[in-house]
Amino acid sequence: MTTPILEVEDLTIRYRGAPQPAVQGASFTLGRERLGIVGESGSGKSTVGRALMRLLPTAEIGAARMQFGRTDLLTASERQMRALRGNRMSMILQDPKFSLNPIRRCGEQIAEACLAHERMSKRAAKDRALAMLEAVQIRDPQLVYDRYPHQVSGGMGQRIMIAMMLLAGPELVIADEPTSALDVTVRLEVLKILDGLVREKGIGLIMISHDLNLVRNFCDRVLIMYAGRVVETLDAAELDNARHPYTRGLLAAQPRIGGSRDPLPVLERRPEWTRPMEGTA
Amino acid sequence: MTTPLAIENLSMRFGAVTVLPDVSFEVAPGECFGLVGESGSGKSTILLCVSMLLSGWEGRIAIGGRAVRDMSLMERCRSLQMVFQDPYGSLHPRQSVRAALSEPVRIHRLGDVDARLEQVMTDVGLPVSFLDRYPHQLSGGQRQRVAIARALILEPSILLLDEPTSALDVSVQAEILNLLQRLRAEKGFTCLMVSHDLAVVDYMCDRFAVMQHGEITEILPRSAILPNAATHPYARQLIDASIAYENAM
Ligand SMILES: Nc1ncnc2c1ncn2[C@@H]1O[C@H](COP(=O)(O)OP(=O)(O)OP(=O)(O)O)[C@@H](O)[C@H]1O
Ligand SMILES: Nc1ncnc2c1ncn2[C@@H]1O[C@H](COP(=O)(O)OP(=O)(O)OP(=O)(O)O)[C@@H](O)[C@H]1O
Ligand SMILES: [Mg+2]
Ligand SMILES: [Mg+2]
Repeated sequence: MTTPILEVEDLTIRYRGAPQPAVQGASFTLGRERLGIVGESGSGKSTVGRALMRLLPTAEIGAARMQFGRTDLLTASERQMRALRGNRMSMILQDPKFSLNPIRRCGEQIAEACLAHERMSKRAAKDRALAMLEAVQIRDPQLVYDRYPHQVSGGMGQRIMIAMMLLAGPELVIADEPTSALDVTVRLEVLKILDGLVREKGIGLIMISHDLNLVRNFCDRVLIMYAGRVVETLDAAELDNARHPYTRGLLAAQPRIGGSRDPLPVLERRPEWTRPMEGTA
Repeated sequence: MTTPLAIENLSMRFGAVTVLPDVSFEVAPGECFGLVGESGSGKSTILLCVSMLLSGWEGRIAIGGRAVRDMSLMERCRSLQMVFQDPYGSLHPRQSVRAALSEPVRIHRLGDVDARLEQVMTDVGLPVSFLDRYPHQLSGGQRQRVAIARALILEPSILLLDEPTSALDVSVQAEILNLLQRLRAEKGFTCLMVSHDLAVVDYMCDRFAVMQHGEITEILPRSAILPNAATHPYARQLIDASIAYENAM
């Protein structure tokens, strides 16, 4: 791995009033690579992502270290964080439609983001926004530019968010289920765009997903989270050889093309799964 | 037996834009019929038209031979129910599970509220004690079970499912798919299901339609997926991409 972009050590996050931390003792580093985070619903994946962006007003974040380049994310002021967010670090949120302003046209919101990043004319910002829509494989950019968020399909909303992220030219991108609403062919195109950012621009990408095919084939390394803890870290290519029973259970639960129609194996969760596997880093 | 769901020359426009030019297909009794295809191709719109959540369409949609347009709201609710993609948005945050489930029973004066609630909770594999929980006290998979319970409590003959598991992790998806298959076998309802995942379609559906630009390019049996027996270029491409995606990109 190259020099890390991000170093996280012993990260613990507790929502106010919650009996237990949502994330406990998570450690990982991120280089100029694609790091997947998988794990069941509620295991704390989005919470980790939002903590890195410091977008958790109702939670306490504690860590031995949370370093992004030269910035200490634990001590950075809110002003410093505002300067980072959407510029050097970007997050594609899980619910695209909720992150867009419902009463403004989609295209205007992208153009506005252009103007926030660079000095340019309104006309140029609009052209740029249309070009970004085209870059994320939207077939009729002008049509989608003029629509309100409730008028676009699930997959279009997700691509609009990705287009806005691309504008900023960030060093770190945290993508929370960025392609789950997309059909497979568009999904492959969007992954190619993200891949290009890692290869050509040398960004670090954190890909939160429950799509095991996606992390296996698209990511370099994978963190497996269970009940707020990182229980296993693997090279993505080694995913099928995972040892943790939770990871193995996830792999077995996935239906496959041409597979059997018998009931799918489901997980029998065990309390001891919250302990990390020995020998995994 | 009459055809549970027949769609003839359905067309739908939003302003000047025609989203569905002319869609026709029929679903057989007890069948699970899949809708797959391009993002923005009109899959969700079809479900919204069938359920009359969108009403500005033209053409004919019939359930068990009765035009949905001629049905009263009450009759329609008893004939068809819909489960949405987002388990977080589909339940009212301030409403307990008991309230969410008993409301339709009371509106339709089915009686026996407690017994029905207990039965439907058991059907979807949730403890009866969960009736007194609120949505934020449930995991994503549990919420989706509640949404399915609410759809099933009126014993509809048709269930419309819009990507019912795409927001869920694979272990919870497996639970929901097993549940739907079991209930379908037990209760014999007919399903129309939108999905982006051909492995899920292969597991659940008997036949499926591949959509692009608001049109059905081809209707295929499930057995056409593995050998890619599609003839339309887009359908072929989608199946090829899905197989490649599963094996390795
Ligand atoms: N604002 C909040 N206040 C209190 N608890 C929260 C809040 N947001 C999340 N949680 C809890 O923290 C835990 C982790 O949630 P998180 O959203 O990180 O899960 P996730 O792994 O992203 O799940 P999913 O796959 O469903 O998106 C869950 O138990 C959740 O209920
Ligand atoms: N209220 C609306 N006003 C205008 N256009 C709309 C409206 N709702 C949907 N559309 C458009 O109709 C088309 C079909 O949308 P629909 O949601 O049915 O697609 P979909 O096949 O379900 O896509 P996805 O797989 O991304 O969910 C899209 O081009 C969308 O932008
Ligand atoms: Mg999440
Ligand atoms: Mg849709």
